[in-house]
Amino acid sequence: MRQAIAAFIATLAIATALAAPAGAQEPRRGGTLVMGQSTGTTSFNNAVGSGTGIMVPGAQIFASPVMHDDKWNPKPYLAESWELSPDSLSMTLHLRKDALFHDGAPVTSADVAFSILTIRDNHPFNTMLAPVDRVDTPDAATAIIRLKHPHPALLYAMGPPLMPILPKHIYGDGRPIKTHPNNTRDVVGSGPFRLVEFKPGDQIVLERFDRFFIKDRPYLDRIILKTYPDSQTSILELEAGRLLLQPFFNRVLELDRAKANPQLVITNEGYAAVGGINWLLFNNKRKPFDDVRVRQAFAYAIDRDFIVKALHKGLSKVATGPIHSGFPQYSPDVTKYSFNLKKAEELLDAAGLKKGPDGIRLKVTCDYYPGDEDGQKRLAEYMKPALKKIGIEVEVRAPADFAAWAKRMATKDFDISMDAAFAWGDPVIGVNRTYLSTNIRPLVFTNNAQYENPKVDALLDAAGREPDADKRKALYGEFQKIVTADMPLFWLTELPYHTIYNKRVHNPPTTIWGTASPMLDVWLSEK
Amino acid sequence: MALFLYMARRLFYAAILVIGVLVLSFLLIRLAPGDPVDTLAGQMGGMTEEIRASLRSEYGLDKPTLAQLGIYLERFASGNLGYSYFFNLPVLSLILQRLPATLLLVLTALVVAVLSGTTLGVLASRRPNGLLSQAITVVSVIGYSAPVFWTGMLLIILFASVLPILPVSGMTAAAVSGGWLLDSLDVAHHLVLPAMSLAVVYLAQYSRLTRASMLDVLGSDYVRTARAKGLEERKVFFKHAFRNAVLPIITVVGLQFGNLLAGAIVVETVFNWPGLGRLAFDSVLRRDYPTLLGLLFFSSLLVIVANQLVDVCYRLADPRIKAS
Repeated sequence: MRQAIAAFIATLAIATALAAPAGAQEPRRGGTLVMGQSTGTTSFNNAVGSGTGIMVPGAQIFASPVMHDDKWNPKPYLAESWELSPDSLSMTLHLRKDALFHDGAPVTSADVAFSILTIRDNHPFNTMLAPVDRVDTPDAATAIIRLKHPHPALLYAMGPPLMPILPKHIYGDGRPIKTHPNNTRDVVGSGPFRLVEFKPGDQIVLERFDRFFIKDRPYLDRIILKTYPDSQTSILELEAGRLLLQPFFNRVLELDRAKANPQLVITNEGYAAVGGINWLLFNNKRKPFDDVRVRQAFAYAIDRDFIVKALHKGLSKVATGPIHSGFPQYSPDVTKYSFNLKKAEELLDAAGLKKGPDGIRLKVTCDYYPGDEDGQKRLAEYMKPALKKIGIEVEVRAPADFAAWAKRMATKDFDISMDAAFAWGDPVIGVNRTYLSTNIRPLVFTNNAQYENPKVDALLDAAGREPDADKRKALYGEFQKIVTADMPLFWLTELPYHTIYNKRVHNPPTTIWGTASPMLDVWLSEK
Repeated sequence: MALFLYMARRLFYAAILVIGVLVLSFLLIRLAPGDPVDTLAGQMGGMTEEIRASLRSEYGLDKPTLAQLGIYLERFASGNLGYSYFFNLPVLSLILQRLPATLLLVLTALVVAVLSGTTLGVLASRRPNGLLSQAITVVSVIGYSAPVFWTGMLLIILFASVLPILPVSGMTAAAVSGGWLLDSLDVAHHLVLPAMSLAVVYLAQYSRLTRASMLDVLGSDYVRTARAKGLEERKVFFKHAFRNAVLPIITVVGLQFGNLLAGAIVVETVFNWPGLGRLAFDSVLRRDYPTLLGLLFFSSLLVIVANQLVDVCYRLADPRIKAS
């Protein structure tokens, strides 16, 4: 009898469990999404600043001409439709007529023109809109972007993290845009959420904009962005159910821990366009790194499979070249470097770096960008035992903080260093800067390898202007082949970025921009 | 009149001290490698030389250091603490926004440490070789020698993983207001762990100090006299002995107020408490000079005020001390 009751209860439980998801799939209005961020927000105006701290809230507050899905396809947003002229020199945007800014003013082509020119002249990614000559506005709902030469990256530069449409009547008042007071207070956009509270370094409260131009969206009433500088704290808050979604998370131990929690889900979707790769930078202008054989020897001695499997617990992926494998322009047809100590030693011998009586051929210092424990620091530390095997003694120079490391990069005061960069949607925006000889500058995140190859310069320039997608891909394929042979730097892994979220969160942002795009479809269930 | 002169002199010294703090910290900060524009460039994922040069000149960083110092002091004299390079907000408003959180944390920790520290010390002094006294000594030594960040982390592990009853991060729950009473309870709930970890170190010091001071006073002639008069022990203990023993404690409280602020930096970072300490920590990393100088100015001001209060307390505790 007791067994029968138990069986009955079990059947009931299964039936309820089966019925529940079907009922739970219906999106629900309301609720507060508590989101974590590791770098605090300093401004909301992503027209003049980049970085996740600005782009994530910026994409909620400001709407952009287009959005993208998870397959790199552009979708209508402020622009209902768009067309490129046959000569690829003008892009016509047909804007929605019903879009309003948070202060009630309509969004017009004048705002679009103002925003595009502001971004062109002020955004840190200066290649993004550099070919834009002017923007014509024949009527309030039409904006024509006139280009100096074809610019296929434009369609990605018009996405949510990169092209916020600013109200001209507020940001066009003549005050300098970079330090405009409305970048941090009384921010006005036309996106799904408006800013109601900003406590720098602590929290940001965004509230649903009720007159948002897409009907019945967003589902959420409120988004609260909390700053957790420490990854341990985020994971504790996630486990406690107080924090519901943590994007841009890259600490492997905590990810592993989150995996084990039945209430939490982890995903690496939503980072395709971000395209983060880390690498070992060689100072190509300093001996002996001016010799390609020495650089290649390093590559053969570094076991990237070990890095991915052991140091990253399988959460990252080996990077084969300068372009992230999630990008349409990615090519696997490149020079590959598999782990081979013998070959490494032969190359070093050939380069004239013979072992001394103590077994040491070379002493180098290795820096790393502070702030990414697993993507940078641990890999820099790994260099020591890995390179010891081929007679290279590595001294890891731990930088005190970002400014200290940035100074070493800017002044080229390094032998080798760990480094990383994001591609942001198109090679023109985030890849070129590391390889163009014209971008050797006394600044961090430029061509700090000081790599110079006229062929690469020419290829990148041609690919940047090539309107035909296939031809463009072929040009980038050629670029990837040359660079992997020259190896000014050695690509290690694609960054293990993940989103951790509570099961209460439905439709988590998984488009190519992830949380740096408007969270229109995200909704919360009770459990 | 004497009191007025005394106060005027103190104020004059305080002003000199503040200017000294500002000049010294201004020069010290410049010794750190890298500058705010480099950090901004990093945060934004790159920057052109033109933008960099324009930001440098906008912030006045292209001028010689001494000229920058001159400009800063001049602006400071007119009551302007400048703008944060990172938030484009006035430094004063950034600081005022964060000040209450730090004051709440530091004062709570101070009150807890002083009250329980002296109580424990007094208890320990009643039977200096008793079991209780020994136990208090052991606990004090542990509390005194453990670094505050370590205590904090242990408390986090204990109250987040083992026994999850207290929040370990922030000052408020993310959910929005439920009226002032619920909000205050929420803040109090969040306050427990940070205040405890900060208080533990000082609590240990106060209990040791009180114990020693009490033992010293209890051996003095007037206590023996009081006992000989036949006063009851409780009166002897609290009225005659404790009131005299409390003076060194007041001195130490005043001296340690500055240390408490320094400890707050660590505790606020560990517990993600949105106060001045974390702002200071972040500002150092970002080389946000105006914010950092504003913070140092405020902390020196707080220490000065605390020392003045200590002087007042002296007189309340011991009427023999006059303005001299």
